[in-house]
Amino acid sequence: PRRTPRRSPAGAAPAMNCRAEVLEVSVEGRQVEEAMLAVLHTVLLHRSTGKFHYKKEGTYSIGTVGTQDVDCDFIDFAYVRVSSEELDRALRKAVGEFKDALRNSGSDGMGQISLEFYQKKKSRWPFSDECIPWELWTIKVNVVNLANEQERQICREKVGEKLCEKIINIVEVMNRHEYLPKMPTQSEVDNVFDTSLKDVQPYLYKISYQITDSLGTSVTTTMRRLIKDTLAL
Amino acid sequence: AMDTDLSSQDRKDLDKFIKFFALKTVQVIVQARLGEKICTRSSSSPTGSDWFNLAIKDIPEVTHEAKKALAGQLPAVGRSMCVEISLKTSEGDSMELEIWCLEMNEKCDKEIKVSYTVYNRLSLLLKSLLAITRVTPAYRLSRKQGHEYVILYRIYFGEVQLSGLGEGFQTVRVGTVGTPVGTITLSCAYRINLAFMSTRQFERTPPIMGIIIDHFVDRPYPSSSPMHPCNYRAGEDNGAVYPSVEDSQEVCTTSFSTSPPSQCVFTVTKAHFQTPPPVVTDTLKVPVMGLAFSHQLSSSRLSYQPAALGVGSADIGYPVLFAGGLNAAHPHQLIGPGKEGGVPPIPSQPAHGTQADQERMCTPLDGVHYSAATPSSSEDTETVSNSSEGKCGSPHDLLETIFIRKVGAFVNKPINQVTMANLDIPFAMFAPKNVELEDNDPMVNPPDSPETESPLQGSLHSEGSSGSSTGNTHDDFVMIDFKPAFSKDDILPMDLGTFYREFQNPPQLSSLSIDIGAQSMAEDLDSLPEKLAVHEKNVKEFDAFVETLQ
Repeated sequence: PRRTPRRSPAGAAPAMNCRAEVLEVSVEGRQVEEAMLAVLHTVLLHRSTGKFHYKKEGTYSIGTVGTQDVDCDFIDFAYVRVSSEELDRALRKAVGEFKDALRNSGSDGMGQISLEFYQKKKSRWPFSDECIPWELWTIKVNVVNLANEQERQICREKVGEKLCEKIINIVEVMNRHEYLPKMPTQSEVDNVFDTSLKDVQPYLYKISYQITDSLGTSVTTTMRRLIKDTLAL
Repeated sequence: AMDTDLSSQDRKDLDKFIKFFALKTVQVIVQARLGEKICTRSSSSPTGSDWFNLAIKDIPEVTHEAKKALAGQLPAVGRSMCVEISLKTSEGDSMELEIWCLEMNEKCDKEIKVSYTVYNRLSLLLKSLLAITRVTPAYRLSRKQGHEYVILYRIYFGEVQLSGLGEGFQTVRVGTVGTPVGTITLSCAYRINLAFMSTRQFERTPPIMGIIIDHFVDRPYPSSSPMHPCNYRAGEDNGAVYPSVEDSQEVCTTSFSTSPPSQCVFTVTKAHFQTPPPVVTDTLKVPVMGLAFSHQLSSSRLSYQPAALGVGSADIGYPVLFAGGLNAAHPHQLIGPGKEGGVPPIPSQPAHGTQADQERMCTPLDGVHYSAATPSSSEDTETVSNSSEGKCGSPHDLLETIFIRKVGAFVNKPINQVTMANLDIPFAMFAPKNVELEDNDPMVNPPDSPETESPLQGSLHSEGSSGSSTGNTHDDFVMIDFKPAFSKDDILPMDLGTFYREFQNPPQLSSLSIDIGAQSMAEDLDSLPEKLAVHEKNVKEFDAFVETLQ
């Protein structure tokens, strides 16, 4: 993945050490959802742990993360995701919105979806908490239209191969063992992890997307927040 | 590497982590090649038995094999743990697909915290392994195994042997974790000739009639590392044979996991991998791919890959000479001269042959077989084409071969090379007529050998492991003589598979070919007036007949 200059979502404080990775895919309309889910789930697989259970004296134990294989219907591809229905639902919701926005935009079918991991930094009253991103994944999507079944067949395979490359890229980045937030104490855990799910614990994340017109500039900037946390006002 | 700085507790922990990491690595790889979707549940309550906080089931047989291969040692410099994944067809041909290597190098990270950072990074590395095992070409192949081929695994410890992967193999790095005693590296080297062989080829050929080849004989050599099928059904008879890994000494005890062990639920669901419909535009490509692949297979059948006499006491010799499936069964047998028709004598290998020596051994032999298989290959034995077709002739040669029909998997027989004498068998008129070179093709005339592994060997599951090997090697191979339909074996001994392949693709009907069609149409038209006259003459009879129907 290429490194681009870090983009901060509007309103967030500029962060140190936020690494940004960009992935690009060209897919057919009906492949958008599966391709996005494959990438997002692969990233979240690496960025989720088991649930923490704190005990006295600051020690904690970690629950177990299960995994499962997912086969794509429109792409010759399979991927592994964390076994958590809540997480899967949340991702599907975001990706579904992205896909609808792409379809309705009337543009060439270009857009991007971003997955940002952040930490919360508590501020004193009257200031609200800051969200400080530490890792940003952006997937640029280009939707193509195909004329016939033959082309679709080739596209199934090609996109499958491309996704294999993306997974390898993601794993490369993960393997760099670069900055990760420190393991938090019990009082700090909600500033680092999303503790709302019952079976796994991903790092705090938010998903947003943008649809671009053919000139590459952002015409409709639609920012959707998926998980509770927020812009500082 | 100086490890005096490491406390003894840390050292013990680190060794335990590495050991269980190695075992879990093997589990993930083998389970990813079972051909089934894997699903394990997350559990929010901590358990003591889920190493690295991941729910990875332990198949007892696999753990047993891994422990056997490791023999109490840990990966160290020059001593890598390798999991080899190979494919074996129903005819007994096999081919290495991937080698997964868990290695250790000397680069130490003294500062790193063992019980915390190393452990978590090992966990992350296992997650990466889960992801990467689904993106190499062998994954899709393994999802489709069962009819024409199966996927096997073999674990060995020592020097990494990549020579069986063919030319142009690629590597992907899964990840690394630094520790105070060295850096752990996990990577995969995989054959890419396979990438040319679209898995669609397997979908087009229906299963071999009535014979599902899914059982593999264990090689009962005491110090060997036998191949095992990945196609394992969890929960069947093997459960009792091997000690579960969850015995008391093996429980994962880390500083943050303190609750008693609890159940790890493992469910395996079968799913049909999406099979894309055949694509017409690729007909030119497919036979070439098929040819490319089967050339590779032919070459692996007749070329000699010298024994990898590994370092150390776990002698994992691995000669893989295949000729008509003969020695696929005995990966540890060195084939001397005279045993295989057409194979040049092989000089004995020094105990620690270098990689360079082995490569030099291979090259002169590669050219040998081409004359048997392809008319135009004699010019091109030395050239290695740039594409990953590797040892095949140049693509031009391949395209010139006239493919009138599609070949089934692993059958590389341009139509003018298949022989069928004038046989007194049904459908003989459909059989292609040319007689060249049939005798050289081991598919049609399998070499005589009573020791071969018969495709109709015992069952997959129970014999799949070393625990149940029988003493006498000859007893393992039982030739079963059967008479397939339509075969008259006094004329041409033919096994059912060969028959099926031959008659699966009959030549086009002559009436459908353009010239003849045009001709006969003209004849038809000419004969119409006559026919009409005849019908008119008999019109009364026809009418009477019609009356009887009403």
